[in-house]
Amino acid sequence: MKAFTTLTGIAAPLPMANVDTDKIIPARFLKSISRAGFGKHLFANLRFREDGSENPDFVLNQEPYRRAEILIAYENFGCGSSREHAPWALLDFGIRCVIAPDFADIFNNNCYKNGVLPVRLPREVCELLVEDAKLGGNARVTVDLERQVVIRPNGEEHSFPVDALRKRLLLNGLDDIGQTLQHGTQIDSYEAKQKSAQPWLAPA
Amino acid sequence: MSVQKPRTLFDKIWDAHVVDTLPDGTALLYIDLHLTHEVTTPQAYDGLRAAGRRVRRPDATLAVVDHNIATDDSRRTGIVDPESRLQVETLEKNVAEFGVPYIPLLDDRQGIVHVIGPELGRSLPGMTIVCGDSHTSTHGAMGALAFGIGTSEVEHVLATQTLLQKPAKNMKVQVDGNLAFGCSGKDIVLAIIGKIGTAGGTGHVIEYAGDTIRALDMAGRMTVCNMTIEGGARAGMVAPDQTTFDYVAQTPNGPKGETLERALAWWKTLPSDPGAHFDRVVSLNAHEIAPQVTWGTSPEDVLPITGIIPNPEEAADEARRAQLRRMVEYMGLTPGQRLQELPVDVVFIGSCTNSRIEDIRAAAAIAKGRRVADGVRAMVVPGSGLVKKQAEREGLDRILREAGFEWREAGCSMCLGMNPDKLTPGQRSASTSNRNFEGRQGPGGRTHLLSPAMAAAAAVAGHLADVRDYQPKEALS
Ligand code: SF4
Repeated sequence: MKAFTTLTGIAAPLPMANVDTDKIIPARFLKSISRAGFGKHLFANLRFREDGSENPDFVLNQEPYRRAEILIAYENFGCGSSREHAPWALLDFGIRCVIAPDFADIFNNNCYKNGVLPVRLPREVCELLVEDAKLGGNARVTVDLERQVVIRPNGEEHSFPVDALRKRLLLNGLDDIGQTLQHGTQIDSYEAKQKSAQPWLAPA
Repeated sequence: MSVQKPRTLFDKIWDAHVVDTLPDGTALLYIDLHLTHEVTTPQAYDGLRAAGRRVRRPDATLAVVDHNIATDDSRRTGIVDPESRLQVETLEKNVAEFGVPYIPLLDDRQGIVHVIGPELGRSLPGMTIVCGDSHTSTHGAMGALAFGIGTSEVEHVLATQTLLQKPAKNMKVQVDGNLAFGCSGKDIVLAIIGKIGTAGGTGHVIEYAGDTIRALDMAGRMTVCNMTIEGGARAGMVAPDQTTFDYVAQTPNGPKGETLERALAWWKTLPSDPGAHFDRVVSLNAHEIAPQVTWGTSPEDVLPITGIIPNPEEAADEARRAQLRRMVEYMGLTPGQRLQELPVDVVFIGSCTNSRIEDIRAAAAIAKGRRVADGVRAMVVPGSGLVKKQAEREGLDRILREAGFEWREAGCSMCLGMNPDKLTPGQRSASTSNRNFEGRQGPGGRTHLLSPAMAAAAAVAGHLADVRDYQPKEALS
């Protein structure tokens, strides 16, 4: 997993509440065998018209937001199904941070498992950031995980909460697996003990 | 000597597998057996590759193909659907690269992952067992802690042989009394889900207890544990006893001789201690259970076969009324209609719920000397190549074929509408599988869940039928 330290980039405004995972990636695109490649289906029902052509009204089809790395949205982002394809699609598109007043539980966990940072800021701040984001390419937003602040283009800082363990994992680019592998010695000794106590677990 | 607090079967297996506990109470839980199939693993292997990781315990991992494959002769010439073929080929590439034992499609041992684990003697009492599949609960019938996981967790187990887990609550479902005439494990579990609802077990692990459960054979216990997930609990289990031990002893890969003796000594300590605490207890009387059939599009919408379609307008609140109206419409029903009037187009006997040799015997006993009704397509899909061979040794395939049933190759088949075996819109099926969701067996398909004997009775009657009216004409020889 790629470490997340500081990100300065273009922010796309998506001023909607209850953006569900079906919106983020519709079910018909879940047949793929890869974690990659979902970016082209990100927000497919909003981004594309029925004939497959781009919907020019949707923010991610406009410059400079095709290169957005941050998404600003409103309450309950990521609600609905548990599909891990949702953060996979965001990441594959290039979005590494979503800023919203709050997030659905499972989506929130799935983000951390994939190096996407969900940032919780009050609705008023999100509204300010939406206005900033509307200014386009010259209005870059900075997310500093170490200091836990979002910096607006005018230099104003807003701090956000992060769980200490999650923060450490993200800063170091450690996923849950990396974290668990730090318990390698305990796993080794558990296995050694089990091997002598429960020989039937070794398949014939 | 300190006196230990009485513990449940779940507590004992859990405690025996905690490698470490994190400061917030999350346990690092050791996984003894990781079963895998083609649908939920490709991204997990990609993750391992990207991070340069290996599979920690290939010997504790087993891969098989079951969801995407055809269950007729066409399987010998390759999979037609390109996406399905790619999923299977990807699994084959991954298991070769990571050294994971694999049962290929044309191997006799191939079958549905939840049938082959116990059958081969890989799923054993006291184990922790996971698979990227919600019906992993099936293996709890062995007296194991078995549950389904997501793709990131599959990768986590492949890399570390552990999972980060918070302990579940304990729930006991107690079933006592003699099972009524015409009933089986399927009727028990459908009745349980009808009673507790599809969210009734959320956050819990269910232990099935009582003399009715004790009297079930392993196949019946697996059917019950299989559908635990339809009752909202991630795992269901039955304490291991002599039935379990006898079953393990005859498996090809289970422990033998002195190793088995040592295993037995531990397995016998696993049943819940007297006085162990259950957060929730639900009791059922077996003799009150009649043969069950689902009528709606959720497993909890179940009735005795003598029942009639409910009137949505009589439901207590508007949300439920709307839900029932939608179900009645989708299923093509009329309130007040008798279940036994409903004509069926397709009968499916198979799936990880009901495709074991005992299930096929039950269907064949009803089919023997009878004919599948005109216009009905009836198929029997054994759960594994080994089940198929056994049935053929017993002549069950001949009985079923003579009665007009299709006799097919092992796989998930019409359980899920992902491979060529699908319902067409509007078709009504009597199915021994586990989910009657809208479109589960194919877009627009209408599914009624029931037992293998009830399915066979529906096949010969041409409509949903009461198996008690279709008792065996001749004994199976
Ligand atoms: S038989 Fe059905 S429920 Fe069982 S593993 Fe296959 S698809 Fe899933």
